[in-house]
Amino acid sequence: MKVSERPFQALAREALADSQLRRNLGHATATIRKKRAAAVSELPDWEELREAGAAIKERTLRHLDEYLVRLEESVTKAGGEVHWARDAREANRIVAGIAKGHGAREVVKVKSIATDEIRLNDHLEKEGIEAVETDLAELIIQLAGEESSHILVPAIHKNRAEIRELFREKLGAKDLSDDPRDLTETARRYLRERFLAAKVGISGANFAVAETGTICVVESEGNGRMCTTLPEVLVTVMGIEKVVPTWRDLEVFMQLLPRSSTAERMNPYTSFWSGTSSGEGPREFHLVLLDNGRTQALSDPKGRQALRCIRCSACLNVCPVYERVGGHSYGSVYPGPIGAILTPQLTGLGRKGPDSLPYASSLCGACYEVCPVKINIPEVLIHLRGRVVRNRQDSGSPAAKLDPEGAAMRTLARTFADRRLYEAAQKLARAGQWPLARGGRIRRLPGPLSGWTAVRDLEAVPRKTFREWWRRERG
Amino acid sequence: MSQAREEILRRIRLATRDVPQEESPEDVSVERSYRVESVSPHEEVVGRFVENVSEYRASVRRVGEEELPEAIREALARRGARRLVVAPGVPDGWIPEGVEALRDGEGGRPLTSEELDASDGVLSGCALGIAQSGTVVLDGGRMQGRRALTLLPDYHLCVIYEDQIVELVPEAVRRLEGGVREGRSIVFVSGPSATSDIELDRVEGVHGPRTLEVLVCRR
Repeated sequence: MKVSERPFQALAREALADSQLRRNLGHATATIRKKRAAAVSELPDWEELREAGAAIKERTLRHLDEYLVRLEESVTKAGGEVHWARDAREANRIVAGIAKGHGAREVVKVKSIATDEIRLNDHLEKEGIEAVETDLAELIIQLAGEESSHILVPAIHKNRAEIRELFREKLGAKDLSDDPRDLTETARRYLRERFLAAKVGISGANFAVAETGTICVVESEGNGRMCTTLPEVLVTVMGIEKVVPTWRDLEVFMQLLPRSSTAERMNPYTSFWSGTSSGEGPREFHLVLLDNGRTQALSDPKGRQALRCIRCSACLNVCPVYERVGGHSYGSVYPGPIGAILTPQLTGLGRKGPDSLPYASSLCGACYEVCPVKINIPEVLIHLRGRVVRNRQDSGSPAAKLDPEGAAMRTLARTFADRRLYEAAQKLARAGQWPLARGGRIRRLPGPLSGWTAVRDLEAVPRKTFREWWRRERG
Repeated sequence: MSQAREEILRRIRLATRDVPQEESPEDVSVERSYRVESVSPHEEVVGRFVENVSEYRASVRRVGEEELPEAIREALARRGARRLVVAPGVPDGWIPEGVEALRDGEGGRPLTSEELDASDGVLSGCALGIAQSGTVVLDGGRMQGRRALTLLPDYHLCVIYEDQIVELVPEAVRRLEGGVREGRSIVFVSGPSATSDIELDRVEGVHGPRTLEVLVCRR
């Protein structure tokens, strides 16, 4: 999985300078946040649904091998073919192979983060196959040659004037206003021809039912229905964590997902199909089961819960950090709080980019409160920070040993463990801080510790400690 | 290829070593203490269905069974729909005089995508309705036909009988279970096709039908 090698802090600093982006994001997140709260409050059993959703996912993850084998059986029985892909390369090869086998020069795609993750479109292009994104926002992103910045509304960083220019230039649409209605109509006409001509459709999956082999795609525009019913051949790429045990389990997720995501009672269209057994729609169905780091994430019992994620994006919309820096700062296809815990687990730690992500949070906990499957994101963030630090220490490199922060922490640990040392240190700090402290605050720490005060003040050590006061007054 | 399968399954087993060998999936308890059955009077449920469907900017009308053909005629006339796609099981009595019915599968010939695309609309029944979410469910039955019929035409006129309406999503999921086991394809439709991708401005009709009209019929 492609991930930025640059740390979050550096990318975020650039994003913060973009006031247009911050305005768009601020408006979008505030609007969805408000709507979501209203949609959720309609359901008296919301908490019970969350509990059930979390439990179903936990059950699945703990016995993932069993459910995947069952899914494979039921999809095959329903006339589909199942492929397994250890990584992005393998998945891309499988998909390209199927498309080429049918002589397709062009494929139509439903918005899917899994295929973004493996960069399927780039790979198909190298093989001479054009992948046409059919979700309006994905089309905008594709035409602009950009990356998605939000799970649900990927083009939220672009405004109507920018989109009009893009459509004029790339789709040759001349007389075009910047009214979203007009822009949408242009996309409709452009894509309708492609839907009708396409031989091969490609989708992701929101859920896959092990028991019945049913695949579920949740969407709004109808492009998902087009791609999964009109072409002769359908290929679905799904992460192995998307499986759920039974058909009945969908009664939980079909309530949790739309309200958490678009804040609607239900999204306009949801399609469920099993292989090719309905006697209509695609004559050939392929399901690609993708690992690509998921088993690595699974191997951390505490971090594993990130794999419960149903990609609703509620955590993005409540996150004070995401709201200001946007999706691109997270350096991967998974932005926001969920990206901060999922990406480093999928790619593995030990590089600047992934290692910085667990720090991309204020730990305010809002993401945990809204998560429909109760992923304790703050808990995993802290856990991953611990892993990042331990990794660095275990690496045994001279840089790790000489790291001033590490040295300071080691000294602090010894000091906090011993009362006499602690009190002596307080006296020392009081004496030592005089050149730095002004009015009870320290605005800038010197040298290697300056990072601590780059964006916040530090409380100075008080002139008298509580213990000293107590000894004098009551002692 | 099967090499990848074995490798992934091996990785999963290794990754879940902390799960006790003797634990079976059912040992991980799933409390289903959420609502699975409606306790509201049915008339109220129907009322909520009508309200929630219309909130999606779909138009909804309640009619008695004897008024149904007239309501259909009016709806089509208002729309100016002359060439109408109909699902195989839609009764002839529903199709007004002067409207050309393109019946899918008639004479063993399915309509082409181009024919569906060029029609003025589609008339269908449905499998059931969900009041809680304002959803019409299509399951490929004879009253709805295959999925493309209700997708390509720009106008969808859908008839639902009051006794087909349930209140909760779990009630609908249970009713659909048999069909799913038979391999049927299911589509949940909640309002017309819509997008909010440009500055969160909601626009109806991106790729699916731009207009959804629902007739709620008393038997």
